[in-house]
Order: sequence, then structure tokens, then C-alpha cells
Amino acid sequence: MTDSSTPKVNYGTITRDGLWNNNVVLVQMLALCPSLALTTTAANGLGMGLATTAVMVASGFSISALRKQIPADMRIAAFVLVIAVIVTLVDMTMNAWMHDLHKILGLFLALIVTNCVILGRAEIFASKNPAGASAYDGLMMGLGFTFALVLLGMVREVLGAGTLFSGMSLLLGDAFRIIEMDVPVYDGMLLFALPPGGFIVLGCILAGKRVLDQKLAGRAERRVAPTDAPACHSAPGG
Amino acid sequence: MSHDIQTQPSAPGPIKLALTLTVFATLSALLLAVGNTQTLSEIELRRAEDLNAILSQVMPDQLHDNALTNDTIKIVGPDGAPITVYRALQGGKAMAVVLSVTGQGYSGDINLVMGVTAQGEVLGVRVLSHKETPGLGDKIEVPKSNWILGFNGLSFSTLAPQQWGVKKDGGAFDQFSGATITPRAVVKAVKQGLGLVHDNHAILFAGDANHD
Repeated sequence: MTDSSTPKVNYGTITRDGLWNNNVVLVQMLALCPSLALTTTAANGLGMGLATTAVMVASGFSISALRKQIPADMRIAAFVLVIAVIVTLVDMTMNAWMHDLHKILGLFLALIVTNCVILGRAEIFASKNPAGASAYDGLMMGLGFTFALVLLGMVREVLGAGTLFSGMSLLLGDAFRIIEMDVPVYDGMLLFALPPGGFIVLGCILAGKRVLDQKLAGRAERRVAPTDAPACHSAPGG
Repeated sequence: MSHDIQTQPSAPGPIKLALTLTVFATLSALLLAVGNTQTLSEIELRRAEDLNAILSQVMPDQLHDNALTNDTIKIVGPDGAPITVYRALQGGKAMAVVLSVTGQGYSGDINLVMGVTAQGEVLGVRVLSHKETPGLGDKIEVPKSNWILGFNGLSFSTLAPQQWGVKKDGGAFDQFSGATITPRAVVKAVKQGLGLVHDNHAILFAGDANHD
């Protein structure tokens, strides 16, 4: 696990990349299938996000721990095997001992195997970094994915069904029933509950992130070079 | 970046690769087999619990003194496939039955269970599984909406068979805004189930409790 040949790991960078700078959905634009298919409500997005995060942590750790044993030429096949085994074991274990949670997440679990992000992180990160860092990378990428799915789910739920956080109490327990809201009068627009609405909302969120990033970059530039203000004005953002 | 992969001692030959992959696959299969045997009985238990829970939702406990899963009869369904019917007995006399019916929804089968008394009255209908659009068609689930409770207490004598349809088709049942196919399928399936109970009344409510 700790050998000198591995590159130095910067946990701050992993955190920022996973949550924002290299966000799975908002920047890498991977895993769009589960992102669009499941985010009709915020609760669905949260369920899928958390289940994926758990699998990413486990797969990051195991693939990293096995990376010295996996020849480069057959690494993809080995990664797929490891990921499939983990997902299946998680599915069976949850079905047996966390049955109520499984009834809600079971549908998502089977879909996680097809999520290209998990294989992507195995190839890009876990196959080259120590196990601890790989598990942490999985956690951060997973949380970033969860964040994007919940955001997408919230917007689509409000526009498409006229509710917010409906079904959260099924996922998180009865205490969360109070956050389930209903938009008065408005009954929702069918378009946003269907895949095309998902694409529209995702497009708007992507555009919003670009604008936000430009604003942040502009502010950072100004802070670094306060004497250089005129140059800053003429420079195009981004 | 990729020095980890490049610094590996000269690339292994195809036979070594095949062997390594075989070892990996064997270990994976072994792990899964262990996992499966460890969880199998537990999962079966949970499945039985689920079935009992759903059966008790459409069949009040005070209507029977037997274990529903112990008294089953198979009848021929509308498509020729056998349907398992659970009989609710009281002192050996069949009071009501629970049967599962299937509707053709917007995106696949909608599996339902329904309880029906000997008088042909619906005790309750619940959805076992479905693939309808979340936020639209899933209003047939009790946690999402109480639409499906509207079947309770209905029978062909209180609601004529031709009234068993959604309002859009001239029937008595509400459709959902944005989703007509789902409730239409459920109403049709429940009507079909009631019809089955009527057609097989003699077999289902035979006086003696002969288990099969």
C-alpha cells in the first residue's frame, strides 16, 4: 500500500476534483444514462447517488489493492470482474439483511454495474494510486455524482411534478417527512418528468456551472493581480 | 502518468494472461458462490415476509384463521397460464381469496394482488411490482397516492361491469393527469380478477378445505 514508486497523493485536489472541478456529470459528462433516467425526483437521485458512492469506494479500494497483480493487457477485463462481483455481493447482502433499504435501492443497484464512471475511475485513478487514496477518490467522485443527481432531481421534480423531496421519508426514515413539500396550485409539466426534460434541465445546469466558474475565475484573477486591473477587464473570461 | 503500467517487467505472454484471468474469474465465481449460499435462505425468508405482508394488506386478519400461504389452489388464468389463489379459511370454510393479476401498463407488466370475498366484493388491491414512469404512473402505489384504495368494497353488483373503466373511457375511475394507460391497465386487471373469481366460484369456495 505504501511504496515509494506511487505518485504523491493530494487529498485536497481529489476533494475539489470530485465535488466540483472534475465532477462526474457536470464536467466529465459521464453516467448520463442513470443521471437522466432516475432523476425524476430528488429522492431517486439521492438513492442512486449514495448507492453508487458505496460501490465506488469499495471498487476503488479493491482495484488499487490488486493493481500489482493485474497485468496491463487484461486490466479492463479484471476491473469489470471486480466491479461486478462487488455490486452483486452488495446487492445480495442488502437484500438479506437490509431488506427495507433494498426495496428502495434495489432497482438502482443492478444499474450501477453499467455505470461507466466506476470503470473510468478504476482505470484513471485506482490502477495508479494507493488503496486509501483510491477509496477516497471513489468517495469524492461519488459524492460529486450524488450532488449532481440531487440537483437535477430537485429541479425536475419541482417543474415536472410540482413537489419537492417527495419520497424522502421512504429513503431516510419517517423523521424526514417534514421536508416533503408540495408546490401549491401547480401540478407539474409532463415534459420535465420524461427524458427530454432531463436533457433540458441538465443543459441549463451545465450552462449555469460554466457561468459560475467564469465568475469565480475572474474574481480569483483580480485577487492575484490587483494592480493589473485594466488587463483583467479586457481579458475574456474562462 | 502511466509509468506504473510501463515499468512492469516485460509484458506477459498470452498464456500467462489467460491463466491470470482464469484465476481472477475463478476467485470471483467462488466469492459470488459463497455470498449466494450465505444470503439465499435469508433472502427467501424476506421474500416470504413480503408476500405475507402484502397478503395481509388485502385480506384482513379477522377473516381467516389459517396461514394463507398454506392453502393455495391453482386456477387457469385469462391467458391460459395457471394462477395461484390463496384461500382465507375460517373453521375450514372458505371466506375469501387472494389472487394475483397482471395488467399491461405503459412500460411493461403491472403485477397486482387482490383480495375478494365469497360474495364477490373487493377487499383490497395492491401493486406488487411495476415499471411505470416515476412521478406519473406510480400513483398506483399506496405510499404515493390512495387511488388504489378506491377499489375497496366494490363488486359487480354495486358497480356494473361496464362501469369498470377510467372516466375517459366512460367508466367510474379517475385517471391521473398525464397518465391514462396505467390506471386503465389496473382497472382492467382488477375487473379481470373479479371475473376469474366469479367463473371459478365453485372451485374456490368449495366447502371442504382440501389442501394441495
